[in-house]
Amino acid sequence: MSADSAGLIEFDDVAKTYPRGAAETVALRGVRLRVEPGRVFGVIGYSGAGKSTLIRMVNGIERPTSGRVLVDGIDIGGLRGRPLRDAQKRTGMIFQQFNLLETVSVRDNVAMPLRLDGVSRAAARARADEVLEFVGLSDKGDRHAAELSGGQKQRVGIARSLARNPRVLLADEATSALDPTTTAQIIELLRSINREYGTTILVVTHEMDVIKDLADEVAVMADGRVVEQGTVLDTFVRPRTAIARDFVTTVVPQGLPDRVLAHVGGEGLWRLLLVDDEVTQPLVSDLITGIGVSVNMLHADMTEIQEHTVGQMIIKVTGEADRVAAARAFLAERVEHLEDVVR
Amino acid sequence: MSEDRWTLLTPDLFFSALGETLQMLGVALVLGSVLGVGIGAVLALTRQGGVLENRAASVLLGGLVNLIRSLPFIILLVAILPFTRLLVGTSIGVWAAIVPLTVMIAAYIGRLVENSLLEVPGGVVEAARSMGASPGQILWRFLLPEARGSLILAVTIAAVGLIDATAMAGTVGAGGIGDLALSYGYQRYDGFAMAATVVTLIVLVQGIQWVGTSAARRFRRR
Repeated sequence: MSADSAGLIEFDDVAKTYPRGAAETVALRGVRLRVEPGRVFGVIGYSGAGKSTLIRMVNGIERPTSGRVLVDGIDIGGLRGRPLRDAQKRTGMIFQQFNLLETVSVRDNVAMPLRLDGVSRAAARARADEVLEFVGLSDKGDRHAAELSGGQKQRVGIARSLARNPRVLLADEATSALDPTTTAQIIELLRSINREYGTTILVVTHEMDVIKDLADEVAVMADGRVVEQGTVLDTFVRPRTAIARDFVTTVVPQGLPDRVLAHVGGEGLWRLLLVDDEVTQPLVSDLITGIGVSVNMLHADMTEIQEHTVGQMIIKVTGEADRVAAARAFLAERVEHLEDVVR
Repeated sequence: MSEDRWTLLTPDLFFSALGETLQMLGVALVLGSVLGVGIGAVLALTRQGGVLENRAASVLLGGLVNLIRSLPFIILLVAILPFTRLLVGTSIGVWAAIVPLTVMIAAYIGRLVENSLLEVPGGVVEAARSMGASPGQILWRFLLPEARGSLILAVTIAAVGLIDATAMAGTVGAGGIGDLALSYGYQRYDGFAMAATVVTLIVLVQGIQWVGTSAARRFRRR
């Protein structure tokens, strides 16, 4: 395999069922996904959607009941024993609860993967110090995990996962136990790993904020299936499924409070999404002076998604029916997305 | 000391009994710990969901451990006498007692070790597997080190249990402090011998517990 293709993950019709007495629990029902090398790919879903099972198949901790999971063309689920362990060594993983050893120093935690490979203690520790410096913990090598904050523990977990220079990094709810400020720092660290080393990062989370700030692409999972997939920007601007919309709502509010809606609902109540330069247009004054309608601005916000500015407005347009229709046509040409607010 | 001997206990008698107890305790504890850690590791790794899941091994070894643990020590001692004779060539004396003591304590430690290993958070094993650790590496580099505090406590509990069991070793002529208490303190109404043995046993158990607890605290590193 060539260096530039290293880090490709493919899920080919992957299903997983767990026996439970006479019946069985279905965790995954035919998942197809392709994560291109060097991408940051997010999988979002509620608990029980199957995303934890999915990510554990990439390093062979879980095995598909049917279908294949390929990493750089190698069928991970078909491996046993030493070949499986060798494949696992090319993939790093970080966890929600960090899963560090309590009885050895931070440095020895990070050195552990290399010690498993038979690297000498001195060489493994030297490499550990290198990675600890990269994650900003060069002064914490002699400490024990219990002396560190949550964010620092996750940095140690990240350093440990990087010790072998993996092509693929798996992040299982890696920020779910952290506060918002620490989460942002960990996300920035993961982005810099992706930038500097071109590591493919597969993230599973239930937090849409993490997807927004970290991922290039997103797959939305529900009940063992991928129900929606696309770039993060597209998914934020035009979520196609109710569940994707629910997740987007947690970051960008989608509607109005019911009491307000009861007052202003009906014809001419629109939600506009504007991307990048579109946000700088004087749309409201154009509508009033150019089209001749009155405009009631009910909500407006702006957010950064994948280095794009995404603005949102909810407006109530009133006037003659043909003027309102003209206003709609005028806006449709100038904004990314326009929809009626119905809820 | 007066002519009519207010006690039958002599320093010679006392120290040779103490030596016998310490010999039985030391040898059985070392051998039993090695065997027990092995048994506990096999039980923990082969159980359902373990990294070496194996129902046959788990049921067989678990059954054997339960069988040994079902017998009061005095019964085990006499029941396995043929095995003892086979192993050490005699059925009397200190070594004849060490065999059943080791068997009993290995089974006991095995269960305690199994529990200690199962207490290590599942996430640690998951991290080990994600790094491509072999089952042996999972045991040696992850489970045993993470469990070491509770393993030390397990061996401490076992050591105290061994002192209890050595009192019955007199049955096969192994002597020891417990035998002194029974044959002098009880059967010959020697109050001083009884008091001396009781105090010795208390000091011994307190000492073991103190060493074990402080070692566990030191190694636990929290």
